Amino acid sequence: MARNGIDRLVREALPLVPFLAFVVIFLLIPTVTVVVSSVYDQGVFSLDRIHALFTDTALTALWKSVLLSGSTALIGAVLGAVLAALIVSSPPTSLFRRMVISLCSVLAQFGGVALAFAFLATIGLNGVLTVWAQDHFGWNLTGSGWLYSLTGLILVYTYFQIPLMVIVFLPALEGLREQWREAAVGLGATTWQYWRQVAIPLLTPAFLGSALLLFANAFAAYATAAALVSQGSPILPLLIRAALTSEVVLGQAGFAYALALEMIVVVAVVMVAYTALVRRTARWLQ
Amino acid sequence: MTRRTPLSRTVRWVVLALFAVFFVFPLYAMADFSTRNLIQGGRTLAAWKNLVRDDQLYSAITISLALAAFTVVVMLAVLVPTMIWVRLRAPWAKGMVEFLCLLPLTIPALVVVVGLRGVYEWVTYFFGESTLTLTFVYVVLVLPYAYRSIDAALSAIDLQTLSEAARSLGAGWATTIARVVVPNIWSGILSAAFISIAVVLGEYTIASLSGYQNLQVVIVQIGKTDGTTSVAASLATLLFGFALLLLLSLFTRGHRRGPGTNHVAQATVVAPAPAPAPAPAPLATAQPGAAAS
Repeated sequence: MARNGIDRLVREALPLVPFLAFVVIFLLIPTVTVVVSSVYDQGVFSLDRIHALFTDTALTALWKSVLLSGSTALIGAVLGAVLAALIVSSPPTSLFRRMVISLCSVLAQFGGVALAFAFLATIGLNGVLTVWAQDHFGWNLTGSGWLYSLTGLILVYTYFQIPLMVIVFLPALEGLREQWREAAVGLGATTWQYWRQVAIPLLTPAFLGSALLLFANAFAAYATAAALVSQGSPILPLLIRAALTSEVVLGQAGFAYALALEMIVVVAVVMVAYTALVRRTARWLQ
Repeated sequence: MTRRTPLSRTVRWVVLALFAVFFVFPLYAMADFSTRNLIQGGRTLAAWKNLVRDDQLYSAITISLALAAFTVVVMLAVLVPTMIWVRLRAPWAKGMVEFLCLLPLTIPALVVVVGLRGVYEWVTYFFGESTLTLTFVYVVLVLPYAYRSIDAALSAIDLQTLSEAARSLGAGWATTIARVVVPNIWSGILSAAFISIAVVLGEYTIASLSGYQNLQVVIVQIGKTDGTTSVAASLATLLFGFALLLLLSLFTRGHRRGPGTNHVAQATVVAPAPAPAPAPAPLATAQPGAAAS
């Protein structure tokens, strides 16, 4: 009897093996390697690498990453929600809407390196806008190379955060039923009152959840910053690059593991909060 | 139903126009910048011709296209049978498969690449030192997007009845999947493939940090000496991705059968919302009726 059960289980589980092998080898093993290697140095338990996270360099990078992710999540969430609200009134099948959504999804998810070059072409040293402002007004837009600093990263990140907000927030906006507005208006509410007392309270969890997603997205983003900033490491992902490519940063070999662990922890905390908010949204959206 | 005053209409258009300027201007700037003749002034298509003339760039483009093709083939070969099997014969594993598929959204690619070195020592031991070995890790990278598309398509058909009918007529599992199920989830497979292509063509993090030369890595490298060519190549990848996704969105319009099917396009475009827990991101996936209204 028991043998039969095991036989069945094996037969049911066997076709899953290729899939599980892929995920285990190329996702779980690397992640576990990061976690283990940040506290084990050549088989010996050691907190040296974790300690190195509390040096000035590492803390500054973390702080700047939080600043970058926080500010672009805030700007992206607010502006993205406005844009989503403008789009939602056009029918889902209209060409306008399809084009906007496709563009948003390209910029939000597949941009990476290309976005860095987009801004280099716009306000880089010979950028189109730079040259234009120089010729017409004599302004110097590139002053002190701000594009390659945190300010520049904030601008470029906004360029993919707003589209991401549109994509993740649009379904919540669509979930607002026309009947709810009719009911509110039927009971004598003004448009302002409907938004203030019905729509905004309903949308708040989705809005906050999306903002958290934007935070995690910016925090883990690498390609755009790496292509834009080739020297130095102002933010955490670029410090990881430095630690990976030069083996010894801060006199600490294997420092990349500890930094990667730090990234896992921050993203995990944010995503847990995100999931909680999504569950709340799901209650009325379904 | 909604009353719109002329003023609020004007405000809407002004705000929309501002957004359009912010998003379209950098793209226009790329087109302008990449056709500029820096030496003699005027216009030139030299940077665009470099896409095929520059050996390094051209071979990177072919490598990335090959990577995209391999990734799509392997992803479909691994994921489609697994997802069908889980629905039909091993429902106990559905939650786990979904969780694992969406996990790459929560574990940043940057973290994966830090821990990948040991794994890739084995990969290169077995398969040799080739950029195409990136296929393996890219398959994992596209799982969340592919899962959402295929899951939406599978939810829209009566898989149980279809497969029982095929099996009772004597078809084996392979025949059932290839000749009965796959033709019915074609739109989901197509969108999974399109999105995976876009992901792979835009991938930089893993390739650059593990020392492989794919398209994006080469674009950055060339950018250090020849900005216009890099800008041209970047704009080309963005436009290609845009065309793929727009095509997909237009294609799925013609293939709408039930209330479930029209979520295929939505679910894929909406893909980034990660839900690591059993709750499959209701924000992002299905909300019957809402899209139709």
